[in-house]
Amino acid sequence: MGEFLAATWYTYNTLLYTVLVNGLLALSIYLTLACGQLSLGNAAFMGMGAYTAAILTMKASAPFGLALAAGGALPALVALIIGIPTLRLSGVYLAMATLGFGEVVRVAFLNLSITGGSLGLNGVPAKTELWHLVLVLGVLIYSLVKLRGSRFGRAWEAINEDETAAAVMGIRTTFYKVWAFAAGAFIAGVAGGLNAHFTFFISPREYGFEFAVDILTFAILGGTQTFWGPLVGSTILTVLPELLRFMGPYRLAINGLILLLVVIYLPNGIVSRNTFKKKADRG
Amino acid sequence: MRVLDGVAFQVAAGTICGLIGPNGAGKTTVFNIISGLLPPSNGKVICDGKDITGRPPHAVAAQGIGRTFQNIRIFGEMSLLENVLVGMHRLFSYSPLTLFLDLPRKRREEKLLREKAGEILSLVHLEDKAAWPARNLSYGGQRKLELARALATDPKLLLIDEPAAGMNPAETEELMEEIVQINGRGYTVCVIEHDMKVIMGICGQIAVLNFGKLIAAGSPQEIKSNPLVIEAYLGKEE
Amino acid sequence: MFLQQLANALALGSVYALFALGFTLIFGVLEIITLAHGTIFMVGAFAGLVAVTRLHLGIGAAIFMAMLAAGALGWLIDLVAVRPLRKRSFHHLAPMIATIGCAMVITSVFQGLFGAEAYRFPFDFFPTTAYVLGSIQLTLLQLIIIAVSFGFMMIIIFLLHKTKWGTAVRAVAENRRTAALLGIPVDRVYQITSFTASALGGAAGILTGLSFNTLHTFMGVPMLHRGVAIVILGGMGDIRGAVLGGLILGFSEIMSVAYLSSDFRDAISFGLLFLILLVRPAGIFGKTGERKV
Repeated sequence: MGEFLAATWYTYNTLLYTVLVNGLLALSIYLTLACGQLSLGNAAFMGMGAYTAAILTMKASAPFGLALAAGGALPALVALIIGIPTLRLSGVYLAMATLGFGEVVRVAFLNLSITGGSLGLNGVPAKTELWHLVLVLGVLIYSLVKLRGSRFGRAWEAINEDETAAAVMGIRTTFYKVWAFAAGAFIAGVAGGLNAHFTFFISPREYGFEFAVDILTFAILGGTQTFWGPLVGSTILTVLPELLRFMGPYRLAINGLILLLVVIYLPNGIVSRNTFKKKADRG
Repeated sequence: MRVLDGVAFQVAAGTICGLIGPNGAGKTTVFNIISGLLPPSNGKVICDGKDITGRPPHAVAAQGIGRTFQNIRIFGEMSLLENVLVGMHRLFSYSPLTLFLDLPRKRREEKLLREKAGEILSLVHLEDKAAWPARNLSYGGQRKLELARALATDPKLLLIDEPAAGMNPAETEELMEEIVQINGRGYTVCVIEHDMKVIMGICGQIAVLNFGKLIAAGSPQEIKSNPLVIEAYLGKEE
Repeated sequence: MFLQQLANALALGSVYALFALGFTLIFGVLEIITLAHGTIFMVGAFAGLVAVTRLHLGIGAAIFMAMLAAGALGWLIDLVAVRPLRKRSFHHLAPMIATIGCAMVITSVFQGLFGAEAYRFPFDFFPTTAYVLGSIQLTLLQLIIIAVSFGFMMIIIFLLHKTKWGTAVRAVAENRRTAALLGIPVDRVYQITSFTASALGGAAGILTGLSFNTLHTFMGVPMLHRGVAIVILGGMGDIRGAVLGGLILGFSEIMSVAYLSSDFRDAISFGLLFLILLVRPAGIFGKTGERKV
């Protein structure tokens, strides 16, 4: 039995780590979605975190924790810079700005020598352990639970429902939106750093528009009314391709079909606000 | 094209002031300018001696001006209690750190303000539905929730935009009592309404707009008999 | 030399503009961001290829086939993925995700049909005659591309502004509910717009396939990126913006390859995009101003 478990672990531990990383990424975009904003830059933020952390551990022999913190801080700072001018405008502008930003970052990765150019960085030390991922995810979930029943969570929800009305109630809407955006960037960066240190190799291709859309899909599929939704969505969409591996070239089609069906029949996502409420409270 | 042209009026503290005029006269525009949703091309908004012209909506709220909207803008997916708690946003003061460390201060504040929110809901007779999602309320109920939420901001001045629209006579009576009670507690109120029974019944001062201009201001008696006002309404009175 | 590059930029930019035009139409009228537009582009290119290699049709018919195939597919996507969502309330991004699902299915099918290798049009398919005007040299193909692209763009603009149907489309784009109240068949407008916009995307596909003569099932991906960038640059939902944005992007790509290096081509394009966004987040023709009531 022990051998079986060990063999299973050996084969699937990367999958588990990836599920956890994608969970973090899905939550990072959830933060912005929950206050009505769309960020398409979280893949780029992830990349910034990955490269920062990897360069620090590889070139400066920095301790892992510090590297991760830096990997989170840099995207967060950039998010503040982009966010403040764009978040004063309506929702779709952040989407566009982050999309453009994401492409600029990807091209930067491709052309800078410190990031290894198109070859990426090879030989990133294996530092990530399961407890790191569980700890970060756990702290994040705890924070989200606490925020939900607080004035901050209510403020975000109000902004999401009706930004103008929220402002008139005294909520500093730009401030809250920028915070959500920067926090999301931080988490994506940390996720990137953690990811880099168990995949050993990072390249600019992984952090482009396609992945940004994937992250968004995790969240939308799972449902953005609660923070459990993105976790469910990211888990399903990470595990499904593995399960479907045996289908070969049709994998993409099946994935697409599943996506289509879920979106059409559960347009608010798999997990909705009412999923956890008892029937009586559903109103 | 001017939406408002040379409109100037004052609202005395502690009174209920009415703002009336035919549709399109610019009444809601006045509210929008006051609450910072629309910057005026010229002119000033002064609250309690402070110039708040053109300041963003949340700053206006911080100055103590609360408002309701003509087309209801409650937060449908949140409960009634939560809607009111959002109104009380600026009354909370605990920090995120306090929140994450689960310090007693946060629990105390939440408890205190939730109780207060419950009281506000009682003022508008909605306390028994506090846990309902706001979208489940009847139309009249939603209007009252708008009022409760604006009240929750603890304003010096409460701007109420057509609260009686679509209400039946019984609901309108109740609404009038509620506004008078609110005023009785010290809140200054300015009401936009088309229902003359409401305006004449509760307002101390009335300002009349037509085509973006102020055509009359005075007590209900004066306004009732003012020929310009009568003309503007073509003699219509509910 | 500069004029020559300008001419090349015109040829390239006009196809980009054509692609972006379709994309913008769908965004402006249906209010969704269709991430299947890249696959539509690819389908157009392959439909043209099949028309030429299997059906032995000439270039005109091939372009027609490409547009028909792409348009039909676009209409189908609307029917299957977007229409069901119109009937119920949904997260405003759900249709976009639905188009992603469609793109995946379509790409997968074409991968099954054509595999992953690169295809070419037959070598002698199109004459390589070049015309010289002063210091500029343009191939017949480039001229045709410019003519077709601008031709279609002008037709669309004419249709939108001078015909009853065009007015209906603009009305729906402006305010769907009011348009419905005025008796405009909104659903029909959506279907026609999806078809037309996709046909334009297909046209862009075959024209690109003809110019670069490399077709593969993932050729739509970089194009989709460009399309999004162009639409952002030009201002979401604005047709002039799409056209101008396409030309600007074509210009910046050609110039950076000609005068700097091809490595920096994308960097410059997106750097430009980013700068514009910082200064004018709404794009060149986008509606600016802080969001008020």
